[in-house]
Amino acid sequence: MTEIPEHLRKRAEAAKAKAQAAAGGDAPSADALSADALSADAPAGAAPAGDEKIPSHLLDRGTAAADMPVAAAGVPAVPAGGSGPDGHNQRLLTVVKSGSIQDTRATPVDKVHVWPHLLVAEFLSALAVTLFTLLFAIFVNAPLLELADFNKTPNPSKAPWYFMGLQELLTMFHPMVAGVTIPGIGLFLLIMAPYIDKNPSKRPEDRKFAISLMTIHLMFWSVLVMIGSFFRGPGFNFVFPWNAGLFFEL
Amino acid sequence: MADDKKSGGLSQMSEQVQASQAWSSIFRPGSIFRKGYSDSPRNRSYVIMNSVLYHLHPVKVKRHAVKVSYTLCLGGLSFFLFIHLTVTGIFLMFFYRPTAAQAWNDIQTLQTAVGFGLLVRNMHRWAAHLMVLSVFLHMARVFYHGAYKPPREFNWVIGVMLLQFTLLLSFTGYLLPWDQLALWAVTVGTNMMGFTPVFGEQVRFVLLGGVEIGTDTLLRWYTLHVLMLPFVLVIFLAIHFWRVRKDGGISGPL
Repeated sequence: MTEIPEHLRKRAEAAKAKAQAAAGGDAPSADALSADALSADAPAGAAPAGDEKIPSHLLDRGTAAADMPVAAAGVPAVPAGGSGPDGHNQRLLTVVKSGSIQDTRATPVDKVHVWPHLLVAEFLSALAVTLFTLLFAIFVNAPLLELADFNKTPNPSKAPWYFMGLQELLTMFHPMVAGVTIPGIGLFLLIMAPYIDKNPSKRPEDRKFAISLMTIHLMFWSVLVMIGSFFRGPGFNFVFPWNAGLFFEL
Repeated sequence: MADDKKSGGLSQMSEQVQASQAWSSIFRPGSIFRKGYSDSPRNRSYVIMNSVLYHLHPVKVKRHAVKVSYTLCLGGLSFFLFIHLTVTGIFLMFFYRPTAAQAWNDIQTLQTAVGFGLLVRNMHRWAAHLMVLSVFLHMARVFYHGAYKPPREFNWVIGVMLLQFTLLLSFTGYLLPWDQLALWAVTVGTNMMGFTPVFGEQVRFVLLGGVEIGTDTLLRWYTLHVLMLPFVLVIFLAIHFWRVRKDGGISGPL
């Protein structure tokens, strides 16, 4: 038999004394001594039950295996090798849950190949737009008025259509408000939109306020652009295009 | 688009095309594709993985992401129009000098004496208006889908910057023909910017390259239009596209 190290022997003796005190002075057998030494050797089996990382049924099994030889101290059927119940001689050390080392996804994502599914759509839409601009360019000429002349101010003078909303605001507000303050605040709010709108839902029925606000905003600008583009005549006065004609160049 | 939804006529047609002699001579092994191209999941992956497209697209995307009814292709079209404008714009640069004395005459000559000059100028102009429109509609689409919400907040910010660069590109191009329309539209626009509080005069001076619109303004806006703004826009585009992928592709269904 191999020699038992000094510290283990002392620990086993202490455990033996403790077990004797608990069992009311029963005479220990040699088998119980060796089993005690083993259980003291591997305290993991008798780990406190408060460790919730180990499922309780597995923990019970481990505890039972550790306690069994002590409880059945007098039974001589236990082999001298220190086996547990049912002839098993393994002991549960730890349980590693699957989630801690494997990233398991609850729902697999339905994916398609970019080629051909996305590229074909992109190619066809690019082709359609090319065709559209080509046909439009064949039939409609870009404007080229007479040479720029500082002494001849056209009446009305209009900004490009996407700035017509601002020019329209000029008729109502001081230029600093119409040209700088309002578009500045508008752009700032637009940039900040994701940080202002903290509502996590993307469903239209949950975002009635955000959608209404944006729609009003877009309609406001579209209406201003259209009034400025089509309904403003000489002197930037309000006219109806079907009466006064169209004062608009793209 | 989706092969599982393809109508009977379409699949019959594609079978006929693939059985034709022209098809097999093009796609036989050793022609365009060194080892031939056959439609398999592996080859579909290689088309992206082994080409420059891999910088733009992943090998696979969510099935939802290829629905044209969701995106209306607006973002992609805005990008395509930018390429379209670059190509036509380079053509125009060959025939244009940005000085008050020559600009208008150069456009006139381009339209009357240069082959396809009028057509290309028209295309450049209409594509520019279309790009402003498509960028604007793309922004509206993204807003209505709530696609600016986390984790895509920052990409929305980049997107609004791209909208502003698009407007600036269009506006700087507006002056270049040096006709009455250009001159007075830009006069209206720059007068408005002159009302910037505190720095109004300085802002206007920097924009015009002087106290009033002239040759210096033309050169300044030309450089902005053909070099600086496209350069900045491309950088922002790169960030925009990169973030689309890093944020997990385009936003999901509502």
